[in-house]
Amino acid sequence: MTENREVSTTAAVRCVDLRKRYGEVIAVDGLSLEVRRGECFGLLGPNGAGKTTTIEILEGLLAPDSGDVEVLELRWQRDERQLRQRLGIQLQESQFIDKLTVEETLRLFRSFYDRGKTIDELLALVELESKRSSWVVKLSGGQKQRLSIACALVGDPDLLFLDEPSTGLDPQSRRQLWGVLQRYRAAGGTILLTTHYMDEAEVLCDRVAIVDHGKIIALDAPKAMVTALGAPKVVVHEGTLEDVFMSLTGRHLRDE
Amino acid sequence: MTSNGARGGAHHPLIELTLARLREFVREPEALFWSFFFPIVMSVAMAIAFPSQGSRPARVGVPPGAASDMLRKTLSSGPGLIVHDVPAEEELRRLREGDVHVIVRPGDPPTYRFDPDREESRIARLVVDDVLKRAAGRSDPWRAREDAVAIPGSRYVDWLIPGIVALGIMNNSMWSIGFMTVQMRLRKLLKRLAASPMQKWEFLLAQVLARLLFLGPEVAVPLVFGVFAFGMPVRGSILALALVALLGALAFGSIGLLVGSRVRTLEAISGLMNLMMVPMWVLSGVFFSSSNFPEVVQPFIRVLPLTALVDALRGVVLEGASLGGIRFEMATLAAWAIVPFSIGLRIFKWR
Repeated sequence: MTENREVSTTAAVRCVDLRKRYGEVIAVDGLSLEVRRGECFGLLGPNGAGKTTTIEILEGLLAPDSGDVEVLELRWQRDERQLRQRLGIQLQESQFIDKLTVEETLRLFRSFYDRGKTIDELLALVELESKRSSWVVKLSGGQKQRLSIACALVGDPDLLFLDEPSTGLDPQSRRQLWGVLQRYRAAGGTILLTTHYMDEAEVLCDRVAIVDHGKIIALDAPKAMVTALGAPKVVVHEGTLEDVFMSLTGRHLRDE
Repeated sequence: MTSNGARGGAHHPLIELTLARLREFVREPEALFWSFFFPIVMSVAMAIAFPSQGSRPARVGVPPGAASDMLRKTLSSGPGLIVHDVPAEEELRRLREGDVHVIVRPGDPPTYRFDPDREESRIARLVVDDVLKRAAGRSDPWRAREDAVAIPGSRYVDWLIPGIVALGIMNNSMWSIGFMTVQMRLRKLLKRLAASPMQKWEFLLAQVLARLLFLGPEVAVPLVFGVFAFGMPVRGSILALALVALLGALAFGSIGLLVGSRVRTLEAISGLMNLMMVPMWVLSGVFFSSSNFPEVVQPFIRVLPLTALVDALRGVVLEGASLGGIRFEMATLAAWAIVPFSIGLRIFKWR
């Protein structure tokens, strides 16, 4: 904890001992983490591990039963308006208005922010220039996801929250999405994302936390984690984060 | 990172939100049809089905066969009578269905078979009786001079059109706001909006504003149609009419918001909407006067929002009432605009 206090001035997200239960189900069970400014931090875990609940608490969309949350050194109870202006949020499965065009959708979201990018800059950033006048309903899955990222980036956020950004995308669309996120990082942005794709975490994240049963069971840089667990010795091919994940959570398949 | 001044070329959020709602609406052809053409189709259909009582012919049934020949001939010559051959075994069914209003059996004297509880049966009996007695040589002591007038504003269709306008305001306001919020909640769009810096009151207000922009044409189309197609009079001021429509739309928008404030499935919202609206279709005197219902339920019927809107519209359109003359209705609508909205805002679920 003393270490946490020392670096807290540079923390983009800091939460201590978060707890949230739904009736009998404990979704988040005393979770603490810290995301540094400028890094990309990944929450990895099987379905139902509590990733989405955690990220929604950090996004100020859910109130925890107990625990302390600080985002960009601000607090949800006190500074919600200010915070919302500085965050970019992409939610799992949220859909936009079918019969608005890409441009109209971006313009709508842009209107909520006091600062940010122009529509042209956003379209270029997520490579949707050619779809500017298409209805949202006509976009492919990858294009919809990039629109969703563009809506999250519309206010030039200091911090970007992404909940399973590449779920359901084909390999090409995922790579395109990663490109967008890497450009945002390069411009100095901070990312907190959840994923259950190991390769995504390895490509994008500086540090990952593996979450299971509402707790963090491992936290380190992807490479260090692979080395520490000695994964390369276990299997013939070079060790991946997936090997670490499997050995820690011990399960292949889980239902939602 | 690049920064471009406030909103970077986008309009005020309230305008963008309203525009989004309007665009969504006009890009949905079915929605346009229901809003504008349905009231006209309905008015025409009702006007055809229920012409003013005086011009409706009385339908008389006689037994088939030669025995009825004289009777058939006499009745056919009578004004406003249509004669059908009705076999004995079909008499009751055809009376029940209103297919014929009275059955006349030949004889001396003839027999009238009819249902005295039915207004059209009683009228048909009187007409038939008059025609037959006159043909039999009755001499009247005198015949009154008749001064027939058709007064625009007193026909069924005049009475009906303001009711249809009110019904349109209720349907469109409740469905568009109630249904759309549930749909947006289901698609997690409400949650996404709540995650942005958007002001929540701006969103809710924009839904209502978008509604009001369509209100003008929605009210004007059936009224103008009534004026030109049926010569319906509009006796009150346009301003009073606009205020009544506005308050009506606010009241039903507010009810729609409350009904949709927590619902999570389209089935549930459809059920709830129908639960709210169908009783008012029947009770509020859109198609037939609500004075048909017992005295004890009248106070309840009077405070229903649709009753208030129908009565206020009829007052302004048909009787030229001023706003003062419909203050009870206006106060009722105002209460329905304020109370459900305040409750709805408080219990509204964004996720």
